[in-house]
Amino acid sequence: MGEPKIKLCDVAKTFGSNAVLCGVNLSIEPGESVVIIGGSGTGKSVMLKCILGLLQPDAGSILIDGREIVGLRPREMEAVRAKFGMLFQGGALFDSLPIWRNVTFGITRGRSTDAARMRKVAEENLERVGLDRKIVNLRPSELSGGMQKRVALARAIAPRPEIIFFDEPTTGLDPIKADVINDLITSLVKDLGVTALTITHDMASARKIAHRVAMLYQGRIIWHGPRDRLYDSGNPYVDQFVQGRADGPIQ
Amino acid sequence: MIDALGRSVLTVLVAIGAGIIAGLARVGRVAKFAARTVAAAFTPPFYPGRFFEQCAHIGWFSLPVVGLTAIFTGAALAQQIYTGGSRFNAQSTVPAIVVIGMVRELAPVLVGLMVAGRVSSAMAAELGTMRVTEQLDALATLRTDAYRYLVAPRLFAAVLTLPLMVLLANAIGILGGYLLSVHKLGFNAAGYLATTRSILEFSDVMMSVVKAGVFGFFIALMGCYHGYDARGGAAGVGRATTDAVVSAFVLILFSNLLITILAFG
Repeated sequence: MGEPKIKLCDVAKTFGSNAVLCGVNLSIEPGESVVIIGGSGTGKSVMLKCILGLLQPDAGSILIDGREIVGLRPREMEAVRAKFGMLFQGGALFDSLPIWRNVTFGITRGRSTDAARMRKVAEENLERVGLDRKIVNLRPSELSGGMQKRVALARAIAPRPEIIFFDEPTTGLDPIKADVINDLITSLVKDLGVTALTITHDMASARKIAHRVAMLYQGRIIWHGPRDRLYDSGNPYVDQFVQGRADGPIQ
Repeated sequence: MIDALGRSVLTVLVAIGAGIIAGLARVGRVAKFAARTVAAAFTPPFYPGRFFEQCAHIGWFSLPVVGLTAIFTGAALAQQIYTGGSRFNAQSTVPAIVVIGMVRELAPVLVGLMVAGRVSSAMAAELGTMRVTEQLDALATLRTDAYRYLVAPRLFAAVLTLPLMVLLANAIGILGGYLLSVHKLGFNAAGYLATTRSILEFSDVMMSVVKAGVFGFFIALMGCYHGYDARGGAAGVGRATTDAVVSAFVLILFSNLLITILAFG
């Protein structure tokens, strides 16, 4: 195989006296969909934010297409971020802007240029995530939670990123809407060839969208393997987590 | 005994030192925040639309409250000077003191405080909510610098619109004093205006404008800084809003004193 799309080496991050990441090692190939599982507060979101450059790791290195991004200047980091799209857990839509300006924000970077063309781009991307083009003029607060999440997904894919991060994409959705999101993620990976990194607690979702699953526990990746091995990993921590048992090595 | 005394003295000194270091660190963070904003404002992409939107928010929509504050204060000032002045036969100083008092001191400070209450809190609440709902992180992932897109338009709009509002408040405040003096205290209208005109100097107006610009800077800076730094959900946003207003008030009153002393001391 060629160069990994994303490679984390011994990434560590501490907040005050709380060590959240203690040497994370992970490598993701181009076009691969990797799911990170792990309990609440194990540093999954912090890991994503380190890759996105929203947080600076205290130690270790993060390579994107072989290029080191730890310690990049803000301007250079902005250029690297052109490769990324991110679906935030709560959607994080800009509530002061209409839907079409939200969806095209990654292209316009907030400038109000070329409105007619941008509306069209917004409509195309909304259709890709299965939403009606009639909602382009509404505000985010006028949509249901599930629709907001899909608009957020449309916003993340509109600039055609090579890598998309999903932070708990199905949390707070009913099982049917959750499966719609799963299908969308699968089709993005298959049809557009994007590399996907997803954080989730939802095992049904993990089984559906992942090529490979990794488990983060106490700031380290303690297990990773193909999706099919998730239920016979032979790792007591993974077993307890995927079966959702209260008793076991994880307290 | 002496040992215990020494230890408690040391504890006090340590607490004072820690407080001073924390205070200086905060000043440093605010200065860095301001410097990053100014630097971002002069590099593309530019957001003129955002700037004009903020001018409307900060300036235009504050006009009613600014007008009311100015006219009431001008009228009350005239009445107070008249009553106080009559104790030593100096009622005729009303127009002179109204114009100097309004232009140099009351209009900038009161407009500054009113707008701070309206605008600093709104900015802190808006940016704070964007922080806790991850909208600021989303902005970064969409390759947009929050300093350039959100903070700079607010800062520059406030620095520009505050002086304009204070100029207007000067006029309305003088009008308030004039109306009360002429209609209630029996001043001659033409004489009142003539005195006002002869007393007012360009340097007084300059003073007014400079103060307003500085206050505008602090109003937006405190609103944005506290909002940008908000942590911890709804409670955190509430805290940021309070901190923004209180710190804007303190900075306005302190810098007002400083400018007044520097100009006249």
